[in-house]
Amino acid sequence: MSRYSRQIKLTEVGPDGQKKLRNAKVLIVGVGGLGGPAAQYLTGAGVGKIGLIDHDKVDISNLHRQVLFCESDVGKPKAVVAKEHLEKQNSEVQFQVFEEPLTIENVENIIKQYDVVLDGTDNFETKYLINDACLLADKPWVFASIYKNEGQLSVFNYKNGPTYRCVFPKSTRQNISCEATGVLGVLPGFLGTLQAAEVLKIILGVGEVLSGKLKLVNIMQASEQTIKINKRPEEIAKIRQSGIAPVYIDCNLKNKEHWYLDVREVFEQPKPKGKKVLNIPLGDLTSRHQEIPSDQEVFVFCQTGKRSKNAIEILKNEFDFHNLKNVEDGIETIIDG
Amino acid sequence: MKVTVKYFGLVAEATEKSEEVMELKGELTAIALKEQCLKGLTITDKDSVQIAVNQNLDDSITIKDGDEIALLPPFAGG
Repeated sequence: MSRYSRQIKLTEVGPDGQKKLRNAKVLIVGVGGLGGPAAQYLTGAGVGKIGLIDHDKVDISNLHRQVLFCESDVGKPKAVVAKEHLEKQNSEVQFQVFEEPLTIENVENIIKQYDVVLDGTDNFETKYLINDACLLADKPWVFASIYKNEGQLSVFNYKNGPTYRCVFPKSTRQNISCEATGVLGVLPGFLGTLQAAEVLKIILGVGEVLSGKLKLVNIMQASEQTIKINKRPEEIAKIRQSGIAPVYIDCNLKNKEHWYLDVREVFEQPKPKGKKVLNIPLGDLTSRHQEIPSDQEVFVFCQTGKRSKNAIEILKNEFDFHNLKNVEDGIETIIDG
Repeated sequence: MKVTVKYFGLVAEATEKSEEVMELKGELTAIALKEQCLKGLTITDKDSVQIAVNQNLDDSITIKDGDEIALLPPFAGG
């Protein structure tokens, strides 16, 4: 019996369906808790080509949920190691490895080579990037995200259906990772497996695809429900008009009277709004110190308080600034809201 | 009128419960109810929380007696 005999037996698959799977190309963005199990099942099912994007390395703390990886993989690049394991699972599948983050620069070129995108990312910036790129390239994408014991799942941009922005129009700075909240390994495993099921249905053109619906699961309560989502044509039109743009997540600072100096890199989020907030990355202070007021108190911050401490040392010792105050625990402590 | 409000993610944490029955007075749209529910909670980005009424994501709906409300924040983890 052939490798795929058990699924070919299903009327939803059959020999024609298996051919569809063999001709399909699926891109998995983020080969972690969600993307790993999804990759294993799609490899098993005989999807013709699978793209694996991840710029991260395997950490020992990943192993409880990212069951594709072994102890000997710790310290190695996830996308590369994933390919090695998956090739052993099914040598008929072709893999393409991208050992880089998905960015505004590379997204268009990568996505156009695939039929469906599976989101295994852990941050809002990349989710919006996938959403907008898939909208413009007219590709469906399968979304999942988790928070502690809860998960969300949907298929976006499927046959002109709703997009991620139709559910969550604006990005948020509440980027809370599994590292920060804790998670049982089975939750992303469960959702990643459901994502793989959606991908298979999309490729095969069978069943009910989870488009126009947001599935919510809670493994502690053993509960789930499905919410109907509607298209927000104005959100879709905005992206069609603007194209793919960087996602800026803005915020307000508690005190609008103070001067602030943000020494983080320009891409770091969230971005405080206000006329009295300067953004000069640590590395540019020497060339741009003239921009900083020297006659009023200036609060210097970064993400955690470390770089801002260094910045103050540099500005004090090299340029004689004596009006700087460090925000000890980083930007989160001075945000309003 | 009485409605059942279900909380998810960070909202459930901030309220310290997964659901509750609320007694409401007067006519209220979903978006107004959302603001009322989130008022006083320590959630950093309230705008990002979405509201569903009877499993339908639409904040313009007028709330009726017996409605089931869900407050849904976005999740980022993977």
